[in-house]
Amino acid sequence: MSRTLTYREALREGLDEELARDENVVLLGEEVAQYNGAYKVTSGLWEKWGDKRVVDTPISEAGFIGMGIGASMLGVRPVMELMFWSFHSVAFDQLVSNGACVRYMSGGLINCPIVVRGPANGGTSVGATHSHVPEAMFAAFPGLKVVVPATPADVKGLIKAAIRDNDPVFFMENTLLYGNTGEVPDPADGDFIIPLGKADIKRPGTDISLIAHGRSVLIALEAAEILQAEHGISAEVLDLRTIRPLDQDAILATVRKTHRAVLVDESKAFGGVSAMVATLIQEHAFDDLDAPVKRVCTIDAPAIYSAHVEHEQLPNAKRVVQQVLTIA
Amino acid sequence: MSSGSPAPAALDFAGSPINRSLSADEKIELFRQMVRIRRFEGESLRWYNKGRIGGFLHLYNGQESIAVGTISLCGENDHVITAYRDHGHALAVGMSMNECMAELFGKATGCSKGKGGSMHFFAPDKNYWGGHGIVAGQTPLGLGLAYGLKYLGKEGCALCYLGDGAVNQGAFHESLNLAALFNIPVVYIIENNGYSMGTSQKRSSAYQDCLAQRAEAYGMEWDLVNGEDVYEVRAKAHIAMERARKEHKPSILEITTYRYYGHSVADANFKKYRTPEEIEDYKTNHDPIRLWRRRLLDEKVLTEELAEAIEEAARQEAVAAAKFAEESAPPTVEDITKDVYWEVDNNTEAGAIGRHFFND
Repeated sequence: MSRTLTYREALREGLDEELARDENVVLLGEEVAQYNGAYKVTSGLWEKWGDKRVVDTPISEAGFIGMGIGASMLGVRPVMELMFWSFHSVAFDQLVSNGACVRYMSGGLINCPIVVRGPANGGTSVGATHSHVPEAMFAAFPGLKVVVPATPADVKGLIKAAIRDNDPVFFMENTLLYGNTGEVPDPADGDFIIPLGKADIKRPGTDISLIAHGRSVLIALEAAEILQAEHGISAEVLDLRTIRPLDQDAILATVRKTHRAVLVDESKAFGGVSAMVATLIQEHAFDDLDAPVKRVCTIDAPAIYSAHVEHEQLPNAKRVVQQVLTIA
Repeated sequence: MSSGSPAPAALDFAGSPINRSLSADEKIELFRQMVRIRRFEGESLRWYNKGRIGGFLHLYNGQESIAVGTISLCGENDHVITAYRDHGHALAVGMSMNECMAELFGKATGCSKGKGGSMHFFAPDKNYWGGHGIVAGQTPLGLGLAYGLKYLGKEGCALCYLGDGAVNQGAFHESLNLAALFNIPVVYIIENNGYSMGTSQKRSSAYQDCLAQRAEAYGMEWDLVNGEDVYEVRAKAHIAMERARKEHKPSILEITTYRYYGHSVADANFKKYRTPEEIEDYKTNHDPIRLWRRRLLDEKVLTEELAEAIEEAARQEAVAAAKFAEESAPPTVEDITKDVYWEVDNNTEAGAIGRHFFND
């Protein structure tokens, strides 16, 4: 039996279950404890688990993320919240030189079982400093894993897998998704875990593949409805869910089925997730294509503040439909 | 002094409890460890100059008393982490010359399988967590080791070493704030050799009396230590370590020292920003190994013959390590993609799902 939960509640439930399962799991971050979370993801967890397990940190990302990495080397399993993933830049050395590389540089003697999580998205009129979407950049660092869940069920199943994973996992949520609702399996029916590295077909179709991750999945689904209703085009929507490890088999399977692909990606086009996906398609499924692979990315400029046009800078259903109609 | 009163005699830390308990053998062992480090560095320099060692080589010559003195105080639950000048600490925690030299040579028998190099030595089984290449990048990690100890309910401390050039990095200040705020059992040890690469302390840091004094801003304890005296290093480090272990209070120790060579061997200017007289004065009058040897001779703990035998054994050990490194096999191309992901290396279910590497 499943229940309807918000994305936020499902994420919180996943965190709560992992806190209960493993006493070495500790939540760290700015305002995660007594304030109940800047976006209320961790609401109630401090009250339930206390000072040791849910820890308010100062605004000091390099300090507390580095601290979490150091503690993870001794077997603690820190789940660290970035209030916005945009703040990664002040902790970059810790995230990359230490988090991503310490296993390799020690010849495999050390591993770093951390999760760094928080929202990474544009679309909320907060300007360029708070609207970065760094999933493609971090996925470019071997040693890191990157997860971008789109739905309440996925965010719960994936956060649990991320916490149990023995490698560093960067988990990117979305402030525009926190309030969305969806069906989530009941804990009474067993541990609900979605393995990293598995994409998911969110809508089957036959004429074209829309490949997306994060909130772009919902945009692709919206576009698919329009394409069916107004143009008689049956679009399949593939949700990558994990950027690294990447489900290449699922990408190639949908392309081989529909022979056309439009990639919907909130990254900028240069080096975005879709750039990697397009490369894989042309390398491995070139002969299956009936048209060039097309992309709908964020318009190539720092995030604009103005709400009047910000939604046009980001991928939206209208732009997806337009792009599909150029090849379908 | 204008008053004509005699200068106060330097404190003799031989009488401090942690030193009084040292046996003759333990004192000799401290000498042996310092000598081994110096000989290892000398041998590595020889091979670096022959072109057999890549990248950078940051030598520890002159600073040996710090790693050896402080690490001699470590127990089962005490942990060590440092920056890129890491060979001395590695040998002091008990890593072998062979695995260290082979790492410098980029061989698969190296401590990091040839994947880390000079700046990235590790031995978690000996509580040694590197070996970190970015200035002050290790300071939050050292905090984390100590946080981990406290979280896991173990009585111990983390010794986190940094150079005097690292004190101006933001990550270090963030670490100090967190250490004091959360009562973390970490001891930050500033190995002050006077130079932030080629820039002297006066030209790189704003300070009143010394660098460690910055601890006061965070309500932390601090102390200034004369690094040429092993007894003093041990006595003062012991106090800070006990404060960490027993009270969960962090400290900063600033240990004055000197490095004979440049920032790295590639530092072409190391004779320009310091005078030959300055280097010579340290070697003659302040060298920690020379002073410790003299002290142990005075105490009749050591004889000239034994000292020479220790020197010779260390020299031979270093030569043999270089031979081992020379003769060892390098990593293979297949090895390049190992030790990236734990889940892949361990053939777990998670490691088999999705594409982890993108090579063709």
